[in-house]
Amino acid sequence: MGSFLEIFDIYLLEAILNGVLLGGLLALLALGLNLIFGVIDVTWICYAELVMIGMYGMYYFVQYYDLSYYVAAPLAILLVAALGALLHILVIAPLLSSPPINQLLATGGVLFVLQSFATVAFGIDFRNLGIRLPILTLGDMHLSYSRLLAFGAALVGMIVVYLFMTRTFTGTAIRAIAQDRQIMALMGVDAKKIYVVTSALGGALAGLAACLLVLQYDVHPFVGLSFGPITFLICVLGGLGNFVGGFVAAFLFAEIISLGGLFSDLEWGYVLAFAFFIVMMFVRPAGLLARRS
Amino acid sequence: MLELKSVDAGYGSFHALFGINLDVKAGEAVGVIGPNGAGKTTLMRVISGLIRPTKGSIAMLGTDVLATPAHKIVGLGIAHVPENRRLFPRLTVEDNLKMGAYMPSARARYAERLDFVFDLFPRMKERRHQLAGTMSGGEQQMCAIGRALMSDPKLLLLDEPSAGLAPVVVQQVFELVKRIRAGGLTVLIVEQNVKQVLQVVDRAYLLEAGTIRISGSSAELLASDTIRQAYLGV
Repeated sequence: MGSFLEIFDIYLLEAILNGVLLGGLLALLALGLNLIFGVIDVTWICYAELVMIGMYGMYYFVQYYDLSYYVAAPLAILLVAALGALLHILVIAPLLSSPPINQLLATGGVLFVLQSFATVAFGIDFRNLGIRLPILTLGDMHLSYSRLLAFGAALVGMIVVYLFMTRTFTGTAIRAIAQDRQIMALMGVDAKKIYVVTSALGGALAGLAACLLVLQYDVHPFVGLSFGPITFLICVLGGLGNFVGGFVAAFLFAEIISLGGLFSDLEWGYVLAFAFFIVMMFVRPAGLLARRS
Repeated sequence: MLELKSVDAGYGSFHALFGINLDVKAGEAVGVIGPNGAGKTTLMRVISGLIRPTKGSIAMLGTDVLATPAHKIVGLGIAHVPENRRLFPRLTVEDNLKMGAYMPSARARYAERLDFVFDLFPRMKERRHQLAGTMSGGEQQMCAIGRALMSDPKLLLLDEPSAGLAPVVVQQVFELVKRIRAGGLTVLIVEQNVKQVLQVVDRAYLLEAGTIRISGSSAELLASDTIRQAYLGV
């Protein structure tokens, strides 16, 4: 009995740690989406598909052009950042004053365009980088290096964004424009430019997530479906556009998935997380950290 | 310094201003008075580029304001303190001031401008890390004026600086306008508070239903029957 508890506790600790590692990655995904929603007030339904394109970018940079992972990663981030800016200029900007449903439909359309494009251009085979990072063994616990790396990089990425948003003039303008769009011209701010910068930043976050996800998952045209919906749920749970709320919700979700998976199958972890989401929507419909108005 | 010639403006099919001729000379303080809905705020918005006139011309120090993109008008030396202050409520006081110094020439002198504004409003220095939306109305007005001064403007547009403030605070705001003037800044001020604004400005225009009814020096307007009966209640 005593030895059973000992083993059980190690597994519990391992599950908690894995939950934290997953939470970092989910928080990064949620931050990009929240940034776009909070600042531009549109939802990129195709956000996870931008990540998918970034994962393909990594695959081609590493497998076809023989670039090292650390050279390929900045290129993939730049690629998806450019894609984010392009998405804004071509799709969002013309629809900025349209009803929200039209914006949703348009970015939803981009989702299918990107999926179909990937199917035609890259085929439906599952691809990976061919990089297998070792497993770290701590006592009886097993943690994968790829998850540790993803967690560390996600954290660094979020800190860089935080510093950019609080320390620079452009970052301050991004926070300001979310609060009062109309008077930005009085500050000498070109709102159109700030939106493009924000979209590129959102894209860069999706690109960073792509670099990290591609270490753990194979890429295929529909890979976005495996983390897109959960990213949306996290953002809604945290309160759309609320950065801190999204951060908290990401770790909460990840722990539920990870601990739920410990007590039964991993799929049950997801079921529990989604059930928790539904209950929370009744309890706190405006999100975990909703501002009282 | 600033010259408007036969300016017409409106929102969609609604016409708010008709043939406005107005000028402000360097070093002057000029008031625009008139009732609610006369077009005073529209006039300010037209000058700072938030809305564009349908007719007429606006020149600032010889530059065509209408040919300048809205976000570059502040670079001509025009700073606009909008109606209801319009601070960024969930940014700190310092971040609000930072936004006022966004344009490149002001950015380069950010520290110097910040010292200037903190000298003028020591209260803002104390509250620099407080969220702007949590301050009192008078403090928010100081912050809004400070934000406009961050760009080191030549012309300050003040839209109803006394609106929604307690009488004591209104007094302080007008004292402040006097101090800003004494610093050599040109001021164009829109007010419903006719009696007090006429004590601060050199000249004023009376705007009614989108047209300028009368204009003249403060003393002339204070003595005019139209003003006395309709706005001063004597």
